Amino acid sequence: MTDTPVLSVRNLVVEIPTRHGLLRPVDDVSYDIEAGEILGVVGESGAGKSMTGNAVIGLLDPPARITSGEILLSGQPIHNLERSALRRLRGKKMGMIFQDPLTSLNPLLTIGDQLSETILEHLDISQTQARKRAIAALEEVGIPAASARINSYPHEFSGGMRQRVVIALALCAEPDLIIADEPTTALDVSVQAQIMALLKRLCRDRGVAVMLVTHDMGVIAEAADRVAVMYAGRLAELGAVREVLTNARHPYTAGLMASTPLASQGRKRLRQIPGAMPRLGALPTGCAFHPRCDHAQDQCRQEPGPTLDRCDGRAACWFPIGADTKEEAQA
Amino acid sequence: MLAYIIRRVFQSALVLLVVGLVAFSMFSFVGDPVDNMLGQERTQADIERLRETLGLDQPFVVQYWRFLEQAAQGNFGLSYRQGRPVAEILVERLPATLELAFVSGLMALFGGIALGIFTAIRRRGVSANIIMTASLIGVSLPTFLIGILLIYLFSVELGWLPSFGRGEVTRIGNWTTGFLTTSGLKALILPAITLGLYQMTLIMRLVRTEMLEVLRMDYIRFARARGIREKSVNFRHALKNTLVPVITITGLQLGSIIAFAIITETVFQWPGVGLLFINAIQFVDIPVMAAYLMMISVMFVGINLIVDMLYFAIDPRLRADRTAGGH
Amino acid sequence: MADTTPITAPSPAPPSRLRRAWESDLAWSFRHAPVAMASFFVVTLLILGAVLAPLIAPHDPFDPATLNLMNGFTPPGQANAFTGELFLLGTDDQGRDVFSTILYGMRISLFVGFSAVLLAMVLGVTLGLLAGYVGGWTETIIMRIADVQLTFPAILVAMLIFGIAKGITPPEYRNEMAIWVLILAIGLSDWVQFARVVRGATLVEKNKEYIQAARLIGRTPFSIMLRHILPNVLNPVLVIATISLALAIIAEATLSFLGVGAPPTKPSLGTLIRIGQEFMFSGEWWILLFPAATLLALALSINLLGDWLRDALNPRLR
Repeated sequence: MTDTPVLSVRNLVVEIPTRHGLLRPVDDVSYDIEAGEILGVVGESGAGKSMTGNAVIGLLDPPARITSGEILLSGQPIHNLERSALRRLRGKKMGMIFQDPLTSLNPLLTIGDQLSETILEHLDISQTQARKRAIAALEEVGIPAASARINSYPHEFSGGMRQRVVIALALCAEPDLIIADEPTTALDVSVQAQIMALLKRLCRDRGVAVMLVTHDMGVIAEAADRVAVMYAGRLAELGAVREVLTNARHPYTAGLMASTPLASQGRKRLRQIPGAMPRLGALPTGCAFHPRCDHAQDQCRQEPGPTLDRCDGRAACWFPIGADTKEEAQA
Repeated sequence: MLAYIIRRVFQSALVLLVVGLVAFSMFSFVGDPVDNMLGQERTQADIERLRETLGLDQPFVVQYWRFLEQAAQGNFGLSYRQGRPVAEILVERLPATLELAFVSGLMALFGGIALGIFTAIRRRGVSANIIMTASLIGVSLPTFLIGILLIYLFSVELGWLPSFGRGEVTRIGNWTTGFLTTSGLKALILPAITLGLYQMTLIMRLVRTEMLEVLRMDYIRFARARGIREKSVNFRHALKNTLVPVITITGLQLGSIIAFAIITETVFQWPGVGLLFINAIQFVDIPVMAAYLMMISVMFVGINLIVDMLYFAIDPRLRADRTAGGH
Repeated sequence: MADTTPITAPSPAPPSRLRRAWESDLAWSFRHAPVAMASFFVVTLLILGAVLAPLIAPHDPFDPATLNLMNGFTPPGQANAFTGELFLLGTDDQGRDVFSTILYGMRISLFVGFSAVLLAMVLGVTLGLLAGYVGGWTETIIMRIADVQLTFPAILVAMLIFGIAKGITPPEYRNEMAIWVLILAIGLSDWVQFARVVRGATLVEKNKEYIQAARLIGRTPFSIMLRHILPNVLNPVLVIATISLALAIIAEATLSFLGVGAPPTKPSLGTLIRIGQEFMFSGEWWILLFPAATLLALALSINLLGDWLRDALNPRLR
């Protein structure tokens, strides 16, 4: 049991049928998350990172659907469960945190109602016990005077406090996996650090696996253990944060790093990746990144990019940086 | 909150004052009631006597003051047509209209909300789409045609239900009710459906639109992500948020039922205030028109106020903003 | 400016106006909405029937000379028992051809409907522009009146205006004036929608740079409202006008049905239904059914057209 990862995604493909043909927002994605580990998923908007999270928790908006691949939660397949069975897993085994705490909470119910409701949905306990647990959950995420504030409505909390409430809600039935979709993007910078620290602490203390979806390399550098870089629906690079950050193998990751201001990198000049990520309906032939890639060669233009089997399963690139050729020295 | 209510009451009073002005202008500028009341063979003495009885010999300002004073006491003078006090006629006719409006209002409210929720939740379902298409026909179908259609089907062809009148009524004090007799209840069915159907369609379409909007919100996704069961997501989380905007418009819709009763009452010869009003227009019976207008206004303004209070009861954000902010 | 090179190459002939209209987004959406096309067909057919009534109608229902009481109550498609005459949709109690009365009745219904909407539109757009552009007391007064009027259903307001106007008109002119009073009543009851939308749009446009620029170069407020703001509010006004047309036709029919609209001497569809209702119990269903079906077809297809137009012009409302 200890060896089984909490979440295991195998060759996941999500497709959306449209009038203009089939789109693949998630294309052959595989990764694992261990208990107590934070996996950061980064990429530009539209890269498929949120879609991956929605697919895992079973909240894809129709007509988007999983067409192949497997999702295993603690070794059990969940991608083929029927709706009601999947619903019982949500909240109990896996929770989700959304981007905007202002809109994530129902404005007409007190936070106590929303917490108790979630707890009673998953645990066979009495009303009063549920209420106690709700207060404990609020205390755990650092809400001061939790027993007094439990009857407050969401609008009576500040943005950061609301995100703490959201985290308490996601964790109150003690799931093993948390999918945090841009949990700090809508918050003030000073509050962002507090929320990330809270997530990290809960992850360590409880041994929860966290999938941290973000476009912010800074957040990844600070919080994640491993990182998955997505581009146009595919995994570009996957590896330990320190490795990937300091020694990117995929040209896209390298470009992403060069364009991100990180304290650890000192006063380097920022560079941007030329062009923009193609729309899903208009992917180029060959590797999706080749039109923007400095290192693109004929193979990249003709053959689709490889899966993550190059250079120790880290980068999905025909010519990963630092592999054999010497030309990439300037990168 | 108190300040807000006081302001709304003040606004309501203003509306009533404007309507009062319209009603009074009708008295002062529209036609000569004496012409309407006396036949061709009238003497000058008849005219003088009548003008005095009706107070038409007084100057404009005096008449205006008298009008306001009397209106506040519910006194609108004599009906030009029937020669009886308008208030007396109204009180006699009001129970019929209120009972009709009450039943159709309930039907429109519950039917509309239930169908609206159904068509929103089963957005892609076949039956929901059939209901939506039918509702468009319902909106295009004039109320009086619905009434005629129902009469033709259930009275003429099938002979199940009466086509006009209130049936047998029971008198309780000043109130007459059709609720207590079989014939009274049977007589109520067709008019109530006629009157309620259009409002029900409107409420249904409104609830559907609002609910679809709410179902797209983040907190609904978050509730689903926490494994809350679908029934609870739809009825606890979504419905309550849907009802906040729906309440205002629905309240006004229910108010207009009393106005639309005019049409239904005419089709079914229902002895209520609406039929009285239509006859008043046909015969230019100004006191009845004015009294009806004032009565309807008071009802509308009252409903508006109640709707505002409901708003407070249902939405905690409003409660907080008004008490804390005070602006 | 200096390096603009004149285009010397023979450019393809500019597409004709008709062709451009055919290829516009609106036309594309129209060609892909079968319901809208069917509605348009029905509306066009009915309007043509009404306009061409004097040419199409087999009888003139308003000419007593052509009426034969012996023809009364002839069922549709059957020869009359006494005169042997044949009527497509039957005759009423006075021997009037129902098909002809419908065509003429539609003329009145459509005339009142279009005129009332035109009145409401001109009034509403003007007041809305004024309220939005001038602001201050003008705006307060206009929008207050709109608010008070909006508290009451339009049909009630129309009835009231009709009642008052009837009271003002001397009794001997009442029948003659009834149609105009009807137009006035429905038009006045319906201007608020236009005014609110136009005011809203005006407030948005007013603060945009190009209006400021137009003001700076000394354009008069009148010309700014007419040439710059008005074109921007045409789309919503068009949508409201279409929906208002259906409502106005229904309102006219309702008032006439209630006996406070078109006089029996000039029967509209509503009047015909009122007359037909009397014969419902005695079995002469055609006197009621055909006018009622015509009214429904007219109102429904205009409504469907308005629905489509709203979606086509403003995809966000979907």
